[in-house]
Amino acid sequence: MDTLPILSLLTFLPLVGALFILSIRGDADVVARNARHVALWTSMINFVLSLFIWVHFDTKTANFQFVEYALWMPDFNISYKMGVDGISMLFVLLTTLLTPLCVLASWENIQTRVKEYMISFLVLETFMIGMFCALDLVVFYIFFEAVLIPMFIIIGVWGGPRRVYASFKLFLYTLLGSVLMLLAILAMYADAGTTDIPNLLVHRFPPELQTWLWLAFFASFAVKIPMWPVHTWLPDAHVEAPTAGSVVLAAVLLKFGGYGFLRFSLPMFPDASVMFTPLIFTLSIIAVIYTSLVALAQEDMKKLIAYSSVAHMGFVTIGAFTLTVQGIEGAIYQMLSHGIVSAALFLIVGVVYDRIHSREITAYGGLVHQMPKYSLIFMLFMLASVGLPGTAGFIGEFLILVGAFKVNPWVAALAATGLILGAAYMLYLYRRVIFGAMTKENLAAIGDLNMREIAIFAPLVILVIWMGIYPGPFLDIMHVSVENLLTNINTALDAGAPGAAIATAAGK
Amino acid sequence: MADIPNIVPALPELFLGLSILALLMFGVFHKTGTAALDAKTARLVSFLSVITLLLALLLAFTLSGPRLLTFENMFISDTFAVYCKVLVLIGSAFAIVLSQGFIERHNMARFEYPILIVFATLGMMLMISANDLIALYIGLEMQSLSLYVIAAYQRDDTRSTEAGLKYFVLGAVASGMLLYGSSLIYGFTGTTNFDLLAEHFHSLHGEANIGVIFGIVFILAGLAFKVSAVPFHMWTPDVYEGAPTPVTAFFAVAPKIAALALFIRVMIGPFGDLVADWQQIVVFISIASMILGAFAAINQRNIKRMMAYSSIGHVGYALIGLATGTEAGVKGMLIYLAIYLVMNVGAFACILCMRRGDTMVENISDLSGLGKTHPMMALGMGIFMFSMAGIPPLAGFFGKLYIFMAAINSGLYGLAIIGVLASVVGAFYYIRIVQVVYFEEPDEVLNKPISLDLALVMTATGLAVTFFFVYPKPVLDAAASAAKALFAG
Repeated sequence: MDTLPILSLLTFLPLVGALFILSIRGDADVVARNARHVALWTSMINFVLSLFIWVHFDTKTANFQFVEYALWMPDFNISYKMGVDGISMLFVLLTTLLTPLCVLASWENIQTRVKEYMISFLVLETFMIGMFCALDLVVFYIFFEAVLIPMFIIIGVWGGPRRVYASFKLFLYTLLGSVLMLLAILAMYADAGTTDIPNLLVHRFPPELQTWLWLAFFASFAVKIPMWPVHTWLPDAHVEAPTAGSVVLAAVLLKFGGYGFLRFSLPMFPDASVMFTPLIFTLSIIAVIYTSLVALAQEDMKKLIAYSSVAHMGFVTIGAFTLTVQGIEGAIYQMLSHGIVSAALFLIVGVVYDRIHSREITAYGGLVHQMPKYSLIFMLFMLASVGLPGTAGFIGEFLILVGAFKVNPWVAALAATGLILGAAYMLYLYRRVIFGAMTKENLAAIGDLNMREIAIFAPLVILVIWMGIYPGPFLDIMHVSVENLLTNINTALDAGAPGAAIATAAGK
Repeated sequence: MADIPNIVPALPELFLGLSILALLMFGVFHKTGTAALDAKTARLVSFLSVITLLLALLLAFTLSGPRLLTFENMFISDTFAVYCKVLVLIGSAFAIVLSQGFIERHNMARFEYPILIVFATLGMMLMISANDLIALYIGLEMQSLSLYVIAAYQRDDTRSTEAGLKYFVLGAVASGMLLYGSSLIYGFTGTTNFDLLAEHFHSLHGEANIGVIFGIVFILAGLAFKVSAVPFHMWTPDVYEGAPTPVTAFFAVAPKIAALALFIRVMIGPFGDLVADWQQIVVFISIASMILGAFAAINQRNIKRMMAYSSIGHVGYALIGLATGTEAGVKGMLIYLAIYLVMNVGAFACILCMRRGDTMVENISDLSGLGKTHPMMALGMGIFMFSMAGIPPLAGFFGKLYIFMAAINSGLYGLAIIGVLASVVGAFYYIRIVQVVYFEEPDEVLNKPISLDLALVMTATGLAVTFFFVYPKPVLDAAASAAKALFAG
């Protein structure tokens, strides 16, 4: 197990697939068909490989596992280092699971430039997995920002009518945040003399420097996650992106921010994190309530789900900054469940969009008469998004609220209103799309889910119920790492003077 | 001192000089008078010029050892010089390769063209190896005069002649300032030799006479003109736009690298102890160039003009390295120059492919739909643009990484923050090209297939830019030892 570079294999296998697709020549139809198959098989194999990590993952240690190390730029003390722990491992699995589903979801609705499309997705998968596995800050940054290139192309080429605006907004917003993070990374390097993440996790940065570093990282992660008020790129990007693009964006890219907070901001800048917790709580609560209200008023299905994502991510940031075991585990769990639920919801919108070519809610109504299977699946994920007990959404939100209540009951109470509003906009959406009389003529002949679509939804359905009923295996994976994270933060805080306040607050 | 100076350190230059004379003779005697045969001669001379440059490259490599001085200490050869010469020679060789098709189509195929480029290259090498203000000036003028002529080489074209004339007049002013600054320095210190100047200022512990400061400011102004840094950048867009496209490609790489190398050598060498006096000027030039390069490029329709502003911006980034005044900064700058060279050669190879029928097209909108009509060229263009925007994992990112690393290490936080913010603004116009190439529908199709030599240049540079991250060590090591040589003495 130590000899096989499994993480590098996982990361770069999709790239190999992409190069393979690049070399396909011939008739346009043949190229398209081969590209689809190569992409599907590559991502499937990658998924199976990633299961290997799960099987061999040791849940009893908080250390990084499957670590790989290679000299890269020895002069600068920067090396290529990969590894996963309980925080990052599940995100790798989420990525490898969703990529084949994205390829399948694009099987028929992408008919132009199929070759380039599949290449973009495989390259994107490489960058996403690399981002979660990187154990060197520079390597992390490279993957983190490189994601922009395929995402920009995917939205810009295969997107909707305002795709140029949306792709530019996505690109420039995220770039602006990331470059500040780059400077922070360099400042950390100047202070610590290394970019090795495990070393940096135990390095104590001076409190004043922490503040600046925290703010720079915040600029990047807040845009990525996204937090109010820098969330405005997200609805645009989601609306214009092709279905699979929205899926990846919501399910994986948004998690970069949450992962970043957990991996860097909290453990590396604990003093600053404590200092800025009120800011995070305020922004998150505004996000939860405000974007839920905005979602209520949306006429576009994708936009509605996009705003609901912002609200759900607000929960994640609250959970992460409670600095309690429940809160942080809840945040991770919420990210995973949101990854599956929002992916499914975008796929659900994609199904009817492929048939009717409209995302307007008013263009639909009474679909239950023609599409019973579709309605059932829609209902399941709608309820999971609301956070109904028995679905994945419930566990995460519950844990976060427990964590928040320990720290500050007001935060918990205000965040909980988001749950009610969430139920309101999702049920309202569901009623308008699914129920009622079928009056629109173009809906009369709409077909129910076909086998391909059922195959896409099946794993997501299983997971969302599994994660809702039996969360044990998932929580076990993250538990030791999260506890270790908190122990480290608390030792760091105890060492410094300003930490005393939060220790009492957390113990309340 | 022996009667005959040691010529070994200057072997590449001597070889280049003698080759130029030989090629000139060959061209003159081979010339027949009929257009077709002349073109053939030109092609042959071009080919031989590239060979000459490559041989000079090999010769330069053999000198990458200790610091050697010759010609009454006016000429220096060290690893820094070798590194920069290698870049310049590669840039010039690429420029000749890129030019060949263009000059044949545009009735410019005369054998003097490649020879002028080699001549300019010789000037650049002398600049890089200058260890004396006089030697510096001679090298600079030798380069500049050749460049003025090449800019106006398309003599039937008013834009080209205008570009040449503009370049000449403004360049002469800049040279004058440089010379005036040199004379002030000489007047206040009594020497023009870099080593003696360095000793002189070192003995004063960085306290310089006000006259010397004036001299440095004048020299800085002259050099800023040559590297087209703000506020001495005004000539750049006009000259880039007006000059024949392959000449623009040449201008964007080799002379710029040589001038920046000279900039480093002068500032770090003789004036290294006065860093406190010139640092703020360089910081200002750097910030102004980055910001102007980023904002002014946004509204450009002509791709050559856009590349002009882009190069102004890049000079701004490179100067961050110099502004630190440290070895790490110079090292970052040298890495940046190497990457800049490759990116620009590639981008100009793409621009040179923009032809419709017999005419070159230069508007950004002419690239629309390239992704559909020329997938490989579009891929190349995309790679170069993302790389220039500094998006990882492409090479351009690493250039910026080392520069900013040096800036942060030296505590120049303000400069670094302005730098990254400008790079976001700059990213806008780079990705706008990607937008035009990939997101828009083609209207009029550009010529295809593209010529083989351009395709090869594009492929080579594209691969280098994309896969730089896999094995960056050779470039990093070379830059490290080059920067070290500069700070050893």
